[in-house]
Amino acid sequence: MREAGGRGLIARGLGRSYGDAAQNGGGDVIDMTSCDRIEDIDLVAGTVTVESGISLDRLMRTLAPLGLWPAVSPGTRQVTVGGAIGADVHGKGHHRDGTFGSHVLSMDLYTPGFGRLSLTPDGTPEEFWATTGGMGLTGIVERATLELLRIETSSVRVDSQRTADLDSTMAVMSERDNHYRYSVAWIDCLARGASLGRSIVEFGEHATLDDLPARDRSPHRALRFGPSRQVAAPPWVPSGLLNRWSVAAFNELWYRKAPQCSSGHVVDASSFFHPLDAVDGWNRIYGKRGFLQYQFVLPYAQGDVLRAVIERLVDARAASFLAVLKRFGPSNPAPLSFPREGWTLALDLPVSFAGLDGELDELDEMIASAGGRVYLAKDSRLRPDLLETMYPRLGEWRKVRERLDPQGLMRSDLMRRLPALAERPSTHPPALATGFPLQ
Amino acid sequence: MRDALGSVGSVLVLGGASEIGVAIASLLAAPRSATVVLAGRHGDSLAEAASALQSAGAGRVETVHFDATDAASHDEVIESSARAAGGDLDVIVLAFGILGDQQVDEAGGDGAVRVATVNYVGAVSAGLAAARQLRRQGHGCLVALSSVAGERVRRANFIYGSSKAGMDGFFQGLSDSLADSGASVLIVRPGFVRGRMTRGMKPAPLSTTPEAVAEATVRALRDRSAVVWVPRPLRAVMAVMRHLPRAVWRRVPG
Repeated sequence: MREAGGRGLIARGLGRSYGDAAQNGGGDVIDMTSCDRIEDIDLVAGTVTVESGISLDRLMRTLAPLGLWPAVSPGTRQVTVGGAIGADVHGKGHHRDGTFGSHVLSMDLYTPGFGRLSLTPDGTPEEFWATTGGMGLTGIVERATLELLRIETSSVRVDSQRTADLDSTMAVMSERDNHYRYSVAWIDCLARGASLGRSIVEFGEHATLDDLPARDRSPHRALRFGPSRQVAAPPWVPSGLLNRWSVAAFNELWYRKAPQCSSGHVVDASSFFHPLDAVDGWNRIYGKRGFLQYQFVLPYAQGDVLRAVIERLVDARAASFLAVLKRFGPSNPAPLSFPREGWTLALDLPVSFAGLDGELDELDEMIASAGGRVYLAKDSRLRPDLLETMYPRLGEWRKVRERLDPQGLMRSDLMRRLPALAERPSTHPPALATGFPLQ
Repeated sequence: MRDALGSVGSVLVLGGASEIGVAIASLLAAPRSATVVLAGRHGDSLAEAASALQSAGAGRVETVHFDATDAASHDEVIESSARAAGGDLDVIVLAFGILGDQQVDEAGGDGAVRVATVNYVGAVSAGLAAARQLRRQGHGCLVALSSVAGERVRRANFIYGSSKAGMDGFFQGLSDSLADSGASVLIVRPGFVRGRMTRGMKPAPLSTTPEAVAEATVRALRDRSAVVWVPRPLRAVMAVMRHLPRAVWRRVPG
């Protein structure tokens, strides 16, 4: 830290955030992935202490055979524990288990202001929760102790239901998801008009031994977790592969092949939790110009706004493929944590779509004024002036950050793009030594 | 910091009273009320451009004194502009330039040297200062307003044309030198632009306007292009022109 130049530094994990949270133009970036030791596994208490650069992939491969599983599993295993804390990630179990940060029992944070601090939610709540979801800007998470889930098998029992439109999707999720640990709806973004919001809703539960066929019930077989290494999408994938027609055909097939209602289907944990991990470089199918992801949350009372947002994206044909809809449970005490009680929607938007910037700027405003917010870990283009409206506790977070990092050494491109992270927007522009004062 | 869709937080215009420069800044700054810094010689015309920008929807507009011929001051101008912007400069538009009067300047006086000094020497000095800033930042785009007049210099305006040929070549090289730095250069080659600079002149074929140049520039920034011709067909036209026999080229009228 002492060697950091004038443009500061930021820690980086596996770089899977969709935005610029772990980039630092002109400054220093610390690759944490070599700090990946598992320091201690407590089988009795069901906890693990790791260095922050370890990936969830390695953690799961190590823990599953022991009958343990991270309490929160995001959509990819290719993230580090440090990154999962910094973005306070969530998974399909948020309505029940909350975020990743809610299962961190303690962590070591190296801060510019005080050096190494040992943080716990009870002992140092301000620092702990400012770091959880703090996008790496309070210091460098060096190690963490995580509370784990006990599992009997490494499989997931999945029930699913096909829904005809958005109302029934929302109704099915609201009625059924409190019976399950995991739930998510895959919305067909090509369906419009009366079938807008038609989905396949999936519910999951860690499978018990009884769910498995008798021959698979030995501990060795039941807890086996060895998802195969990834197949790579070749760099020459034609960028026009995803067009309105190919995607419409795919979605139609995907929707029709799903049974009206199915239950008790047992699948690998990896195919339930991490479908995208099966193809390395899957992002290439969007072509050279790429895509961005838009994920937001709206309070439950704002279902109409949710519908309006989906309608606009679908009608503008801006959305590609599928969108993911999920119900969040209550938020945790972290001031910058994204999840709050309500509906969250995530979708990919191809950058080649003309007018996407203006369209999303307007959606930002609709979402902010409905009390919702956009997820910083996935953001790459939020309207900077809306950050404080979306995250009303930003000022509180800034105060803790100023204490931990008084000189503002921890910096990232995300912070440059959204200056309100660094300081209260100034109403008086600084006076200039050279120049002509206006008026 | 420019975001994933090309929206900017700050723009610096060197030659802050230039019609094209202000039109580009206006298009870039309006959607999100970005900060604009106008750097130029005349306080009055800068103030005028600043209020035009503000009514077009720009956020904060600052002005800084800048003289293209005072090379020693250029680093300081860039640094004070960054301070005025309150952080990094996402886009720096190099928009200054003078046309001169070919016939008068050929006959004598210091007009020709002045065109070369402003358009070429000034661009080299300010371009390098701007590039140093962008390299330090690790991001940002330098927009250089060149001209098709520099693609193949004509008898009718070879003083101006050669100054643009020189600066165009300079920015091509500068662009290559910035590869992998995070920063980039966009070279804009407009044809005849109907505006203040060409008032009273007879428009050449495929002439354009400052607004059209600005729109093409903003689109090229978004597409991360390295060079853009305005209007677009000029690219093909110039590709042919470059190969015309000298005897024919010499007679292309001014």
